[in-house]
Amino acid sequence: MAELIIISTLNGVLFGLLLFLMASGLTLIFSMMGVLNFAHASFYMMGAFIGFQIAKWAGFWPALILAPLVVGLAGAAVERFGLRTVHAHGHVAELLFTFGLAFVIEEVIQIIWGKSPVDFRVPRALDFPAFTIFSTNYPAYKLFMLAVSISIFVALFWLLKRTRVGMIVQASLTHPKMVAHLGHNVPLVFMSVFGVGSALAGIAGVIAGPALVTQASMAALLGPILFVVVVVGGLGSLQGALIASLLIGLLQTFAVSVNLSLADIFAGSGFTPAPKTILEDLWRVTIAQVAPILPYLLLMIILIFKPTGLFGTRES
Amino acid sequence: MLEVRALNAYYGKSHILQGVDLDVGAGEVVSLLGRNGVGRSTTVKAIMGEVRAVGHVRFKGTDIAGWPSYRIARLGLGYVPEHRDIFPSLTVRQNLALGQKKAGLDGRWRADDMLTMFPNLARRVDTAAGVLSGGEKQMLTMCRTLMGDPELIMIDEPTEGLAPLIVKQVGELIREIARRGVAILLVEQKLAIALQISNRVYVMGHGRMVFQGTPADLKASEAVRREWLEV
Repeated sequence: MAELIIISTLNGVLFGLLLFLMASGLTLIFSMMGVLNFAHASFYMMGAFIGFQIAKWAGFWPALILAPLVVGLAGAAVERFGLRTVHAHGHVAELLFTFGLAFVIEEVIQIIWGKSPVDFRVPRALDFPAFTIFSTNYPAYKLFMLAVSISIFVALFWLLKRTRVGMIVQASLTHPKMVAHLGHNVPLVFMSVFGVGSALAGIAGVIAGPALVTQASMAALLGPILFVVVVVGGLGSLQGALIASLLIGLLQTFAVSVNLSLADIFAGSGFTPAPKTILEDLWRVTIAQVAPILPYLLLMIILIFKPTGLFGTRES
Repeated sequence: MLEVRALNAYYGKSHILQGVDLDVGAGEVVSLLGRNGVGRSTTVKAIMGEVRAVGHVRFKGTDIAGWPSYRIARLGLGYVPEHRDIFPSLTVRQNLALGQKKAGLDGRWRADDMLTMFPNLARRVDTAAGVLSGGEKQMLTMCRTLMGDPELIMIDEPTEGLAPLIVKQVGELIREIARRGVAILLVEQKLAIALQISNRVYVMGHGRMVFQGTPADLKASEAVRREWLEV
């Protein structure tokens, strides 16, 4: 039991921080544009594939630096030459634009790398067990992912809360016109936030690629969870995004490893539902089986009872 | 310093500005008067590039019509909108700092001056600006724009909804701005203040100028006041 708790906590925090790398960019972009960027997870996937390719040519470490740069530039270009024009036509147009973009990225990736997973391996320098708890070997690569995520998280908070650029970004999230009236180049701020947000998703892609499966469906698998994180955390709130990321990360990791069902919980009560009824089926469903539903259930509950999210101030 | 000629603006099908002409000279205090909804705020928004408009707008000899707001601001035109858009999550000090176009770029105004002038702001200098009172927010937005060292500042309805004591403070700040040689274009409802501090006044009605002259001219012209100003 102790082993399960420790390993699940580590994995949950890791998954949560990985989500945060993506959710932080998404939530900033969300509060800036007022709409969800459906293509955000696609930048994560782009990071994984471009990282894979650069790793093949030049090794993992150059890939870790270059792939996010490429993805960041791609993100900035999408804002500058696409969204900035579409923005004038309202939120629905923007939403559909990012929706289309997500499909374009997925199709292009399939054309280049095919539909099957690519062989993105953990770099040899990190391919060893870092420590052994009870009987489980914990891979060094996962600790490396943890370290990268935490460093970026600290750097991002420092940048936003302690620097002048961060203050301009914070002010632009809520009052872009006023910031422009003070002589700050707000369109440039928007493009940079979009670029940096995409680059963060790219970093998540590069480091998650070798640990998870690098395939053309990885954006579609992760995208919906990101929206849950942003809504639960609260629009435009980095603290909220962090807490929600960790919450969802832990919720999912713990839920899949708990095999309890209602039947187990009420085993002592003496109640058993009539055989071959719906109730009997429900009685035997384990928490692990409903784990994938939990984040979306949380999303719905939050939207009903606290539409601003846990830390948000504006309504989503 | 500021020359506006034949400025037209539209909101959908409504023709809001119907050929506005306006001048503000260097160091001059000019008030733009008129009832609600005649297009005074739209005029300053159009000058600042926030509302799309057709016409000629020259500032310091440069044609700024169609420019993005941030470039107009960098040229030395300051704008304090009527909604007191302070940045609520930033502190008072950070709000003031963002008024500067570049960090540490000191002009006629320094943060310390502002805080000496307004002890209320000084007391709350490290608190989030979102908790300030309406009057304090008004002072902060004006001070913040001044931190960018504008040569002309356009102030939209600075005294609206404020207590008489605060209105007096706003008036004093406007006088101080003028003393330091900054030109002012003031959009105001309160006739008394505008007449006291202005060199010239314009009266707007239905999207165009219906009167221009000195405060003394306006005082003398009862017909204009009755038709376009009094409620």
